[in-house]
Amino acid sequence: MDMGKDLVAASATPLVLAILAEGDSYGYAIIKRVAELSGGHLQWTDGMLYPVLHRLERQGHITAKWSESESGRRRKYYRITKEGRAQLEAQRQQWKAVDGTLRGIWMEACTV
Amino acid sequence: MTTFADQPLEDQIAQWRAYLRRRQAVHGPDVEELEGHLRDQLVALTESGLTGEEAFLVAVKRMGNLDQLSREFARAHSERLWKQLVMAPEAEKPADTGRPEILVALGLAVAAAVAVKLPVLFGHSISPNEEFPVFYAKNASLFVFPILAVYFIWKRGWDVARALWLALPFAAGAVFANVYLFPKRSDTEVLNILHLPIALWLAVGFAYVRGRWFDDGGRMNFVRFSGELAIYYVLIALGGGVTVAFTFMMFSAIDMNPDWFVAGWLIPCGAAGAVIIGSWLVEAKQSVIENMAPVLTRLFTPLFTVLLLAFLGTMVWTGNPINVKREVLIGFDLLLAVVVGLVLYAASARDPQAAPDFFDALQLLLVVSALVVDGVALWAIAARISEFGFTPNRVAALGENLILLVNLVWTAWLYASFMRRRRAFTALEEWQVTYLPVYCVWAALVVIVFPPVFGYR
Repeated sequence: MDMGKDLVAASATPLVLAILAEGDSYGYAIIKRVAELSGGHLQWTDGMLYPVLHRLERQGHITAKWSESESGRRRKYYRITKEGRAQLEAQRQQWKAVDGTLRGIWMEACTV
Repeated sequence: MTTFADQPLEDQIAQWRAYLRRRQAVHGPDVEELEGHLRDQLVALTESGLTGEEAFLVAVKRMGNLDQLSREFARAHSERLWKQLVMAPEAEKPADTGRPEILVALGLAVAAAVAVKLPVLFGHSISPNEEFPVFYAKNASLFVFPILAVYFIWKRGWDVARALWLALPFAAGAVFANVYLFPKRSDTEVLNILHLPIALWLAVGFAYVRGRWFDDGGRMNFVRFSGELAIYYVLIALGGGVTVAFTFMMFSAIDMNPDWFVAGWLIPCGAAGAVIIGSWLVEAKQSVIENMAPVLTRLFTPLFTVLLLAFLGTMVWTGNPINVKREVLIGFDLLLAVVVGLVLYAASARDPQAAPDFFDALQLLLVVSALVVDGVALWAIAARISEFGFTPNRVAALGENLILLVNLVWTAWLYASFMRRRRAFTALEEWQVTYLPVYCVWAALVVIVFPPVFGYR
């Protein structure tokens, strides 16, 4: 399934925030988690995750910290902040509204 | 995810990293982060059975188009497209910059400010109620240039004992600035004041190139430095003007008159310190931001060419001769100086290997039209020089005109042979930098020889 670019971009923020709400993580692991959760339907270009992460960091929704990974290479770990959780909640409400609306109209289409 | 045993793969990663590093919007830590991702991906792919090369292809493909990626980075960090002038230490700088350069620069700037105030102890004070003391005008460059030279000696790690001979020109400058007893309103005194900084700038140049005047590009670097310093200095002066305006506005609001402070301290100390700070900024920023002088050159070369051609055209059309007044010669001197500056700074930014292009043709046209205009002016002046007699001002102006004229004639010749591909552009560059001491030597001549020759009038 090919998903529209805009939709992928719009869903990126809540997805990243939701994954980080599960626990601290880093870029590659986030990509893997997205693939896992979506069953492969959501294909991100890997690199594009990083500008999203950096934007969220700048907005204060997440914080970043460099620490050593198990292999000895430096790795940048991200953690969600309190503002980030609030943002996630807000986004959830918005997506719910969109989802509810679409569901409503599609149910009607089915029943007609 | 540590380094791969597979050497070709490591090479490919290194190449990819180098390619990514060239992106302005992607900074060092981001490259590291992305490379970490690439390596994680490679490990996963090779573990699932791909060869190193296959894994690399897939991983790079998944990472996405680097153009798009750096565009996204630029959107997330829009400030990165503006090279920052702030003093934030660059993360990638080599570690040997532990020397507290900013402290040294600030210290020397304060020293220059103090140097300006020292003569107060000997009764030379600047006060808003009196005329500006000639003493300061005469010695202006001597307060600052030696300190600037010290800065470069320190900065270039020059052996102080070896650099000591540089004290000589400054000492000589101090002697010839103060030894002559000029009567009031003396022309030679004004000439002395105007030419001393030009002569001493050469000494600063020697400090700048660490005494190796003829070594690889040192002189051209000094030219670039001088141009950038002039621009930074103007910018700092504009800020200083705003500061002065606010000082007046605010203190007069509480009925205090700050002009003793502004005239006696703020302006003289600021003007002296700004030279050092400006130099330090140019040094610190030379690799960070684009040089402004060549940009201005590009802007003004066409404009000046049009101006000169329009002038010549109008003169031919109307038949109006040049009305030789007192200032005409100096005006044409300045015109030639501007043209030489345009040539010099165009040369400073040009890739000597590049083939002649439209801009070179324009430069040649500029030089030739300046020569024609100056020739016409000189003709008009020469016809009446016997009427005027040889005053010091006129001799100085004529000498300068001659010096610039010689430079431009030879420059035009070199440009022409370069355009016909008879000669490399380096010949022109070499000519310009070889000629630099001529200006300073002439200035020294005016400082030292003119007053006695013209009887100090």
